[in-house]
Amino acid sequence: MFEPKIVAFFCTWCTYTAADLAGTARMQYAPNARIIRVMCSGRIDPQFVLDAFRKGADGVLIGGCHPGDCHYQEGNYKALRRYHLLQRLLEQMGIEKERLRLEWISASEGDKVKQVINDMTETIRRLGPLNIMELPEQEPVRAASLT
Amino acid sequence: MSKPKVAFYWCASCGGCEEAVVDLAENILDVVNAVDIVFWPVALDFKREDVEQMEDHEIDVTFLNGAIRLKEQEEMAKLLRQKSKLMIAFGSCSHLGGIPGLGNLWNRNEIFQRAYHEVSSLEEHNGKHPETHVKVPEGELELPEFYHTVHALNQVVEVDYYLPGCPPTPKLLLQAVQAILQDNLPERGTVLAPDKALCEECPRNESKPEKLLITDIKRPHQVHVDPEKCLLAQGVICMGPATRAGCEALCINGNMPCTGCFGPTSKVLDQGAKALSAVASILDYNEEEDIQQVMNKIADPVGTFYRYGLPVSMLQRRNLAKTKS
Repeated sequence: MFEPKIVAFFCTWCTYTAADLAGTARMQYAPNARIIRVMCSGRIDPQFVLDAFRKGADGVLIGGCHPGDCHYQEGNYKALRRYHLLQRLLEQMGIEKERLRLEWISASEGDKVKQVINDMTETIRRLGPLNIMELPEQEPVRAASLT
Repeated sequence: MSKPKVAFYWCASCGGCEEAVVDLAENILDVVNAVDIVFWPVALDFKREDVEQMEDHEIDVTFLNGAIRLKEQEEMAKLLRQKSKLMIAFGSCSHLGGIPGLGNLWNRNEIFQRAYHEVSSLEEHNGKHPETHVKVPEGELELPEFYHTVHALNQVVEVDYYLPGCPPTPKLLLQAVQAILQDNLPERGTVLAPDKALCEECPRNESKPEKLLITDIKRPHQVHVDPEKCLLAQGVICMGPATRAGCEALCINGNMPCTGCFGPTSKVLDQGAKALSAVASILDYNEEEDIQQVMNKIADPVGTFYRYGLPVSMLQRRNLAKTKS
């Protein structure tokens, strides 16, 4: 059976704490998500999402605080706006929009972490592997300049 | 000392970069006096055989414009690389893939279907499109292979320097030529333009509000653009924040937004993702419905944020697994 690889970016204040809670409560859920802790969902640069897909992720999950609850006032709103534009970009690039998911999960919602990861794993399993073509290595562009 | 030998070549491009050379105006006479042009198919009658007969590294500098779309272009790039001491990617198409790079939203079959079978401007729909081998009464003809994917020059050969722009400005070209003649070039792999965002040299930067927020997105034809005010502040998508400086805000001085032809600075891996991020974060709405309604006004996100750089972006092209037929 195809086991999807999901990269999950969780904000440290809400969703990561919720994932911690799910762990200490010994909840059982799909082992398909690789969690990366970030300070805020607003810190998630769209480059991170594209890089995850390029490097073999079949799905990317973003978890942040509920609207109004952001530790930094409005980081989660920035994540929400980027998410909508990114989904449209991904569709144009032949990547199903279901492969990118945004969820608000507060620190007390360990069960929601379980439910979201289980559900997304099944969704991606149905979609199948992303199979982005192999890309050629590129020389990085250097910093120096003439002027 | 003999004059440095210089070659110019074009691949998938519009010819504008060749014009940029002529745009040196009277300075071109100094350049022509200082160098020996050994290959320039657009202006002088040289053939591929002439290059093949040269010694390796016989050419001092090759300025190659255009993206790599055809097998022949890849062969020429490799041949010129072998014969040249310095290979310079000249202009957006060889630097980033350029406008032809937007072809990476489709594959060969889809492009041929559209261009040779569907468009209404075709004189006759004869059911034919280019094949690599065609039999005619006189024998067999060969055409170069048309690739599924457009590449930037550094994806097929090693590139020493990049001159950005669609096309590069005469000033940058002249600076590069002088640096070559004086043997005063920076580290290999450098883009020969300032490594800062266009906003830093934009004359409208001072009109940018302290906290830049927008409630609507408009295309340039939908609004009377105030010629003094920051375009983003007017709701017009300007790629300035995610684009390298060096053009001295040419388009903005023409009251049009930057479309990103100089590519990103060295700190950015993916120009489109950065621009998308910038535009999304200045949108002054928190409700999902409002956000979607405004974002949907960006009719073509890839064409807006990756107009010149799709082949060098992180995803490089539309997912081929989904497009191959």
